[in-house]
Amino acid sequence: MKLIFEISSPGRRGIELPKLDVPPREVDIPENLLRKKLFLPEVSEVDVVRHYTALSRMNYGVDNGFYPLGSCTMKYNPKVNEDASRLPGFMFAHPYQSEEISQGCLELMFNLEKYLCEITGMDAFTLQPAAGAHGELTGLMMMKAYFRHKKEKRTKIIVPDLSHGTNPASASMCAFDVLTIKSNKEGRVDLDALKDIMTEDVAGIMLTNPNTLGIFEKDILKIADIVHSSGGLLYCDGANMNALLGIARPGDMRFDIVHLNLHKTFSTPHGGGGPGAGPVGVKRALEPFLPVPRINKTGKNYSLTYDCPLSIGRVKSFYGNFGVMVKAYAYILALGAEGLRQVAEVSVLNANYLLRKLRPFFDLTYEQPYKHEFVLSGARQAKKGVRMVDIAKRLLDYGFHPPTIYFPLIVEEAMMVEPTETEKKETLDAFAEALEKINEEIERDPEIVKTSPHTTSVSRLDMVKASKEPILKWISHSNDYI
Amino acid sequence: MTLLFAPHSEKDKQEMLEFLGLKSIDDLFADIDEKLVLRTPLNLPSSMSEIELTRHMLMLSEKNGEVLHKSCFIGAGAYNHFIPSVVNHIVSRAEFYTSYTPYQPEVSQGMLQAIFEYQTMIAELVDMEVVNASVYDGATALAEAVIMVSNITGKKEIIISSAVHPEYKEVVKTYCSARELMLKEVEFCNGVTSLEDLEKIVSKNSAAVVVQNPTFFGCIENLSGIEKICHEKEILLIVSVVEPTSLGMLKPPGECGADIVTGEGQSFGNPLNYGGPYLGFMGTKNKYVRFFPGRLVGATTDAQGRRGYVLTLQAREQHIRRERAFSNICTNQALNALATVVYLSLLGKVGLVELANLCYQKAHYAYDAIAEINGFKPVFVFPFYNEFVFECPISPRKINKQLLKHKIIGGLELERFYPDLKNTMMFCVTERNSKADIDKLVEVLENIA
Repeated sequence: MKLIFEISSPGRRGIELPKLDVPPREVDIPENLLRKKLFLPEVSEVDVVRHYTALSRMNYGVDNGFYPLGSCTMKYNPKVNEDASRLPGFMFAHPYQSEEISQGCLELMFNLEKYLCEITGMDAFTLQPAAGAHGELTGLMMMKAYFRHKKEKRTKIIVPDLSHGTNPASASMCAFDVLTIKSNKEGRVDLDALKDIMTEDVAGIMLTNPNTLGIFEKDILKIADIVHSSGGLLYCDGANMNALLGIARPGDMRFDIVHLNLHKTFSTPHGGGGPGAGPVGVKRALEPFLPVPRINKTGKNYSLTYDCPLSIGRVKSFYGNFGVMVKAYAYILALGAEGLRQVAEVSVLNANYLLRKLRPFFDLTYEQPYKHEFVLSGARQAKKGVRMVDIAKRLLDYGFHPPTIYFPLIVEEAMMVEPTETEKKETLDAFAEALEKINEEIERDPEIVKTSPHTTSVSRLDMVKASKEPILKWISHSNDYI
Repeated sequence: MTLLFAPHSEKDKQEMLEFLGLKSIDDLFADIDEKLVLRTPLNLPSSMSEIELTRHMLMLSEKNGEVLHKSCFIGAGAYNHFIPSVVNHIVSRAEFYTSYTPYQPEVSQGMLQAIFEYQTMIAELVDMEVVNASVYDGATALAEAVIMVSNITGKKEIIISSAVHPEYKEVVKTYCSARELMLKEVEFCNGVTSLEDLEKIVSKNSAAVVVQNPTFFGCIENLSGIEKICHEKEILLIVSVVEPTSLGMLKPPGECGADIVTGEGQSFGNPLNYGGPYLGFMGTKNKYVRFFPGRLVGATTDAQGRRGYVLTLQAREQHIRRERAFSNICTNQALNALATVVYLSLLGKVGLVELANLCYQKAHYAYDAIAEINGFKPVFVFPFYNEFVFECPISPRKINKQLLKHKIIGGLELERFYPDLKNTMMFCVTERNSKADIDKLVEVLENIA
């Protein structure tokens, strides 16, 4: 497929701008500060439409089919939410227009904060963070500010060995030292190990619950006791909230801080890598540290307030990814309490059903009850010379997006499957059947698996070459591309 | 009630439970402590049908004013540019917007190639060797750059111009506080960074100097002068571009000697959306790529030798390096980057130059006309692009109230960010403001004065 630059032809353009309707004047910027040359493609409107439409056909989304990417909650994204976010009153509102003409936006954000408080059992929320990792960073910044305010020197953060990579990376960005705690034989936090490292200089622990294996941390109240009794805080990575909607709440589990991924649990589309939104909820004691501005309601009037002396400050310009919030808000309203609970129920039912279907073909490292996702191991296939990456690629030929692979790191040849609630039984059956067939192929004709995919627009891509000889942009007249 | 957006019938559910040997759904949650299981439904509004929801959302949206039905003269980091229809049609392709980060490149060539094209275009516009696949917005891009220079240099002092967007400065401050970096501010003079003050404040301990071009006030920095001061003392220069249509007219920061260029891509095809989602872009030199945050798309070949694209140099990133990663970024703003590459393709090289000229010319026409009004005094006399500041004869808040009655969204009241700049208003003009809009603004202002 050609690049847009390679179909460029001098003199073409894709849009006509209005004629200059004011008397022209000479540009008074010094010559040495002006641009001398500019290279952008010259293409017509129809060229642009055909080029990017062709590219879209080389891309796989939830609307194309099953996308059981573990820990990513790739559920169907209701269309009505897309339309809502494109209403002119939202889409064309300027962030600095007066509050008087922004009441609809502020009301939406105020209510969304309120709903998220109820869903998670927290006391206050900020909608400012733009993604899950940004929410983590915000939460940890608040932790840091909280202990600074209390004049306690706590320099360490505990993360389990099966945590998302963003957890330790976020802690590092806040200049915390990271202590990694090994999971026990059940795939949960080891309470004794936790007691050993939970000292007076630990600021807190970051947990995902259900954890990234899909197992509920059933000792969560004991964990909370251990951490709280030595003065630390509990951070909940809410990436897996889909399993708990209306069933149980991080706040009741005594988490002090939680972030949510609106682009996972609350069905806003992931956009090929973003935009997302990572709102953060806190208990009362941490509320003063939330980012500014906060949203207030006085009578029927909504306003922004900046008067929060203990706030960590801003983490983003303006108020967050508002367009994403609109979709999550609409989703919550469409479902209501009962609907949200059913999301959790069916997502867990689907995961357990699929696990049972796949169980004969793969190893299961932890024999535990699973929630919305589960992690299988391809260790037995690896012994036959077929790696999990090969199985994943072969799934593409069967028309499925593969699950997350090689994560969490503690499971050998891991395959992390999250079907979500929006998939019907037949789809789960077909997916299980595909993996069964691939298993047969591994016995009969492993090469077909190892050289897959065979049906995609490109075959397996050379990752090593890409990083050894990085080509990160197109350079015109380069022979590589002709 | 059957579940919205989930397809099981009661019969399906029963069959699945039977297959699992379970009596009820509750059995799936039996391992959760009784004390933690909610016994009552969440306290949320009753569910809405699509008809009810659509009506509710419309009603809520109509409580807002917006820039389509008004003429808008406010910018300050969020710009009212025209977005061609094609952009929305392409980003509404479900193959794009319902996909995840392209972890499986063989079924993600569409987004990967588009991002590769995006990286190429931004690299050209800002004149940097390497551009990442995007970060959250212009402000966090700048904060990431600040963390990056502290990692490159091992130094903890950052110098930032007070002519940088105040919200960007606040975000940088928040990140610096957490990362335990020290932030020093340089004064502005006549709408641009004071070179005199900068010279005084920089030292061998400074990791980087951060400026914005055009400045928050719309004025054009003497980047060559700033660059000289930085590089004489081996300090890195970070340039933030908040209104990137200016790159159709101004010399790219890279050519002026910037080491890292960051910015906000909203102007390029992304709607105002009450402040987000926008698009943070970042570029740097090849020699710093190891310290560079964010995803990078690279070209490679497939088993048959055909060209294809993958996420590459991932050894820098959090999912590999964990606590040793320089940044935690994972999800970015891919769909906004797609909007930008489509927008820039439509504009092309002639279009972007024309667009920049339209913004410049119309802004100067408006400036000249407002300068004629009794009581309105320009605050800075310095070359500017499409934003400019006036001191007003009465309170800007009152002026904006009057303007609103005439369906005009007036300028930004600067005092909220700069207490010394009392009674000042910053106006922004783009290609969407016709001469008639500008004349009307001037007429209303004349009547107020």
